[in-house]
Amino acid sequence: MEELKKTPLYEAHIALGGKMVDFGGWALPVQYSSIIEEHKAVRTACGLFDVSHMGEVFVVGKSAFDYIQNLVTNDITTMTPGRCRYAVMCYEDCGAVDDVLIYKFADDRYMLVVNAANTDKDIEWMKKNVMGDVQIINESPLWAQLALQGPKFEEVLKAAGYYGEIPAKNYTFTENNIVAGVRCLVSRTGYTGEDGVELYCAAGDAMRLHAALLEAGREFGLLPCALGARDTLRFEASMPLYGHEMSDKINPVECGVDFAIKFKKPAFIGREALIQPKTRQRIGLKVLKGLAREHMPVLMNGQEVGFTTSGGPAPSLGGNYAMAIVPADCPDDAVWTVDVRGRQLPCERVELPFYKRA
Amino acid sequence: MVPNDRKYTRDHEWVMAEGSVAKMGITAHAAEALGDIVYVELPVVDDEVTMGESYCVVESVKASSSVFSAVTGKVVEINEELDAAPEKLNEDAYGNFIAAVEFTEIADDLMDAEEYEKFCAEEA
Repeated sequence: MEELKKTPLYEAHIALGGKMVDFGGWALPVQYSSIIEEHKAVRTACGLFDVSHMGEVFVVGKSAFDYIQNLVTNDITTMTPGRCRYAVMCYEDCGAVDDVLIYKFADDRYMLVVNAANTDKDIEWMKKNVMGDVQIINESPLWAQLALQGPKFEEVLKAAGYYGEIPAKNYTFTENNIVAGVRCLVSRTGYTGEDGVELYCAAGDAMRLHAALLEAGREFGLLPCALGARDTLRFEASMPLYGHEMSDKINPVECGVDFAIKFKKPAFIGREALIQPKTRQRIGLKVLKGLAREHMPVLMNGQEVGFTTSGGPAPSLGGNYAMAIVPADCPDDAVWTVDVRGRQLPCERVELPFYKRA
Repeated sequence: MVPNDRKYTRDHEWVMAEGSVAKMGITAHAAEALGDIVYVELPVVDDEVTMGESYCVVESVKASSSVFSAVTGKVVEINEELDAAPEKLNEDAYGNFIAAVEFTEIADDLMDAEEYEKFCAEEA
């Protein structure tokens, strides 16, 4: 077996008793204590995640703005330095290469945060579509990324010693903060459906920052959290996960991330295909008895019409849920079931997101 | 830790036979490895079960795991409490059976508590 890649926090995961798994080629913990306890800590107090496996790709040069405008579905015209924006990179056929978070430093300098398992593929695609004066620089190995998520995140940051400005608005960031003696870029972003920040620091500082945040967070009920809780949190908040709700076979319109698609923009890769009437949609199902997971057949009025993309428990809501890709036009009174190992589990169609922060 | 009033399989199930009826469940070791259990797909009374074959699926947050039968026979009772409270398997795996089976055949390679503890230690 190919040796797994390690994040700068590998030793911390081992010391904390993390149950390590192969996550897209990375050795990462799936849980420390209990996925449900970690999940609840984020909803009610705070959780600290290592997300250093995410890729940080810089786009630098005079043509950076035009280049990104052409590369992604969202419009970056209204972005000022210090802002973040979610967007999707599409192929010409509008299948998704990846979903990304764009950070703007200046008109000629942006950072794209990409999914770990997609980093190489994304960079290849980005380089293939280079135009004008632009450089694509993969800085992923230089950076560690920690996600501090949950209602108590600000108290934890202050207790750890925070010098600088905590980004006040969602999808903004500040640079050159000193957190527990470590220089960080801090963005008001996350992937849990909860308030919080993501901290980017030099890889070599990660152990120190991680330990300091854990220590400072103890009195606030902070738990170290791992991939299992990250998935239940994003699932409950119905945020798409690349490879599940969105992929090269599920385009962003079908995925339902309309807020990140700007057809007003005259051109971007995949626009022509994406603007066609949509034939499929992502829906939410509450599984009334039993538990469905991804890639299971979904039946409407007894006929197979689609498949689940993710499924499992929603610990903060109680009960089991699934997201599914089904035809765009489904009657409101349709009867839904998911086929789990030959059994038809009764479901109720529910609005997305399943969980919305109060 | 591991109760010595019953026998164990290499797939981390326990079986307690009294007369012609065997109660079956999963071990604390199995429950620990699975993590938070959120659903138990129970068999139905009168289901025929076969030694070495799956008769139940335990769903944890992350994974589905089959539970294998140590006996061949017919289900006479299921633990319906697990329907509403699957986490009981995490809390007390030995105090909560999954199903009771009136059996005609029972596996001949079951381990006693001491052997099972040793088996777990070797597996780790």
